[in-house]
Amino acid sequence: MDTIPTPRPKTVEAREKVVILFAGDSGDGIQLTGSQFTDTNALFGNDVSTFPNYPAEIRAPQGTLAGVSGYQLHFGSVDVFTPGDVCDVLVVMNSAALKANLGKLKHGGTIIANSDGFDSRNLRLAGYPDEENPLTDGSLDNYVLHSVDVTKLTRNALADTKLGMKEKDRSKNMFVLGFINWMYSRSLERTQKFLEAKFKSKPELLEANLKVLQAGYNYGDTSETFTTRYEVKPAPMPKGNYRNITGNQGIAIGLIAAAQKAGLELFYGSYPITPASDILHELSRNKHFGVKTFQAEDEIAAICSAIGASYGGALGATASSGPGIALKGEALGLAFMLEIPLVVVNVQRGGPSTGLPTKTEQADLWQALHGRNGEAPIPVIAASSPTDCFEMVYEAVKLAVEHMTPVILLSDGYIANGAEPWRFPEAKDLRPIKPPFATPRDSEEGPYLPYERDDRGVRKWAIPGMKGLQHRIGGIEKEDKTGNISYEPQNHELMVKLRAEKVQRIADTYRPIRLDSGPASGELLLVGWGSTYGAIRTAALELQQEGHSVAHVHLRHMFPFNNGLRGLLKQYTKVLVPEMNSGQLRQLLRAEYLVDAAGLNKVQGMPFTSAEIKAGALNLLS
Amino acid sequence: MSTVQPSAPKKIDYSSDQQVRWCPGCGDYSILKQVESVLAQHGRPKEEIVFISGIGCSSRFPYYLDTYGMHSIHGRAPAIASGMRSVQPDLSVWLITGDGDSLSIGGNHLIHLLRRNVDLNVLLFNNEIYGLTKGQYSPTSPEGAISRSTPMGSTDHPFNPLALCKGADATFIARGMDRDPKHLREMLERADAHPGTSLLEIYQNCNVFNDGAFELFTEKASKAANTVFVEHGKPLLFANGAKGIRLDGFTPVIVDLANGQATVDDLWVHDEHDSFKASILVRMFDDPREPGALPRPFGVFYVNERQTHETKMNAQVALAKEKKGDGDLDALLRGENVWTIA
Repeated sequence: MDTIPTPRPKTVEAREKVVILFAGDSGDGIQLTGSQFTDTNALFGNDVSTFPNYPAEIRAPQGTLAGVSGYQLHFGSVDVFTPGDVCDVLVVMNSAALKANLGKLKHGGTIIANSDGFDSRNLRLAGYPDEENPLTDGSLDNYVLHSVDVTKLTRNALADTKLGMKEKDRSKNMFVLGFINWMYSRSLERTQKFLEAKFKSKPELLEANLKVLQAGYNYGDTSETFTTRYEVKPAPMPKGNYRNITGNQGIAIGLIAAAQKAGLELFYGSYPITPASDILHELSRNKHFGVKTFQAEDEIAAICSAIGASYGGALGATASSGPGIALKGEALGLAFMLEIPLVVVNVQRGGPSTGLPTKTEQADLWQALHGRNGEAPIPVIAASSPTDCFEMVYEAVKLAVEHMTPVILLSDGYIANGAEPWRFPEAKDLRPIKPPFATPRDSEEGPYLPYERDDRGVRKWAIPGMKGLQHRIGGIEKEDKTGNISYEPQNHELMVKLRAEKVQRIADTYRPIRLDSGPASGELLLVGWGSTYGAIRTAALELQQEGHSVAHVHLRHMFPFNNGLRGLLKQYTKVLVPEMNSGQLRQLLRAEYLVDAAGLNKVQGMPFTSAEIKAGALNLLS
Repeated sequence: MSTVQPSAPKKIDYSSDQQVRWCPGCGDYSILKQVESVLAQHGRPKEEIVFISGIGCSSRFPYYLDTYGMHSIHGRAPAIASGMRSVQPDLSVWLITGDGDSLSIGGNHLIHLLRRNVDLNVLLFNNEIYGLTKGQYSPTSPEGAISRSTPMGSTDHPFNPLALCKGADATFIARGMDRDPKHLREMLERADAHPGTSLLEIYQNCNVFNDGAFELFTEKASKAANTVFVEHGKPLLFANGAKGIRLDGFTPVIVDLANGQATVDDLWVHDEHDSFKASILVRMFDDPREPGALPRPFGVFYVNERQTHETKMNAQVALAKEKKGDGDLDALLRGENVWTIA
């Protein structure tokens, strides 16, 4: 007779924060495992920050280093701003995953390894020398190693099902997820609900996944090797309602929210590209908001269709990544010249050319600012975190509509796919957006002047169908006020100035510049932008705690700059600009403000760790 | 006091105050005149009409009409018009383009516009040359064409524009010419009446860089022998009724009616709804200088009423609203999994 083993008493230790990295083949379901555990922790009340990191190939060669997919999760009972510099726990499904990620594990950290992924074939594919198995040769003695035959245990759990071996093995990730939930004293409820929804129409797969999930959990309870569970208490976050959100979700939701507040129909023209496609997916699921999504034949058609929609009185938006933005350049110039609202999101990835499609970088700042022929200044703003993607796309729409201009929003792969808790707003609290519509009139009053401007330099939005406002616009230089074709030399210079002044005046609408942390004057100012926010913030807070005179300002408006930036830069002896590029913002600051800004630059397709920022700052302080 | 009855719109009502700047003698003048005439005849309010163009001589067209208009960028007018049409399903939208604009730099957008069947009228001004850049060969220039960029003759095989459009599943395909205004006007009316993308190719003479490119089709002395004007339900007759086209299987052949070789009853009777025969008609593309060349067809080749892109797009939005109710912004912001920190 089988006996159910009695769970041994286990101790529970509290942890302030934990960094776990799940890694395996790109077909192992790593991203799902990671995002499920993230949601569970976030729902529990932890602060979370994540970093999904996967290869560009959908199914890269199995078992090789090139095929390793990873999902790093930082969760804590205290504020967390980054996915973590080093990991406390490394979960690996095969030898390649271990080899690729061991360097990220802290000394004394825990390894949970699927021993089945360390057979001679996997070891060879991962490039381990013959006869060497890190699980058994003592090379991991500096770590706490738990070798678990996940494959076998998964198959055992499904012994009495009719599923084939391949299908059984596909639930391996659920075993790991169940086990990790046990290890961190979490309930399986959230994932069970998720599986029920996912496999609604496939009851046999639902049952198998639930079984294996539970088996993983029970394994922790009953196995004698695991004597300790951990607990990470909820974080003391501001009161309110929270949800989890990725940057790309933030952009999709923000576009819909802004369009609704502006009373405009949202039209989104897009061509699939990593890492921006999720915005299209999310928007196409929300047609009940009147959202129209258009998967165009190419990047050029994507932006042009959005321009057409804006011309037609809707909010036209498009998103892409660097190579796609390059193709959109001419049309961006047209939108600038027409002076119509348009939102263009660049979810940056490693470049140049195809570059590193699934890795992150901030190297398209100059492209956003300068990537057009002629003088075509377009407002450029940047999001600093997944939740900030919502804020900033809302800002992009507000600026575009109220100032009749295209606006570029820079995000990047790191925050686009990364998730964090979001204290979401209520619709009624969102800032109003007021389109400057023209007023229809009787045509007898004389020709309509489409390029007449208000005191902010902004023209009115006259939409086809509005009576008495027929006019012609185009990319060719136009006469002031009338919009008629003009090659007159003085007029061209005037128009170049008028267009630039209009955009420059947008800076008058910004809130005053504000430090993220640190003293109002002092020795060192860290100037950041975009997704480096979490790493710089963490480093700055630590440096301040250690008594250094360091402040941190994070720029949201890359063009035009905040009017207060000039004065702020003067308050510090030194300025350091950490960027995931070779110094693009640094050069802009030097050119604009004649400030001797130093650079801290990382161009590896990977985000900064806070330790790297701290070391760079200390280096400059010494 | 007397009430003034609104008078019927005139051509001049649709003209803008801008001076037309095409070269004297350009075929574009004739097309502009016929378009104004068709607009006046319909009498649709000017604010409900939109002309969108790309770049090229023909693309200056919108500036000369007192409607809404956009002179956009090279080749991209189909994409811009598709976006506009998606959010403005009730306006009358016209797309003005040339052979370089639509078949070279914008070739991709044209075929996708046609397969989607966005409701607008494409007027493709084909002059077989690049005019605005001063005389380079175009994708419709015949092989061997001598131009400023091909002093030894073009080595490129030309597009057959209407065969290309048929291949892209266009729902309305027609051909007219600048030198036959009456027929052109009829073609414009038909194109405007069609719900979906109407593709009207217009042979247009560039008297500066490619004068006489179509003269065998357009000039009185040679027109009858080299053209066949097709009409729905009527046999394919040409050469003033002396000759006709008979279908020998899938092959069109010229038959002589004058010498008793065949009668009208033997001829191919045009059916503009017949997709297979339209595919043959668009392929009647012989060089008229070759002996035994088939006459070049003009008229409405093909009409197929297929649901338009924007109709389907709007239907999806309506269906989504019906299923899920009008979008609730607070529900969207909230998402599926909320936790509260009190």
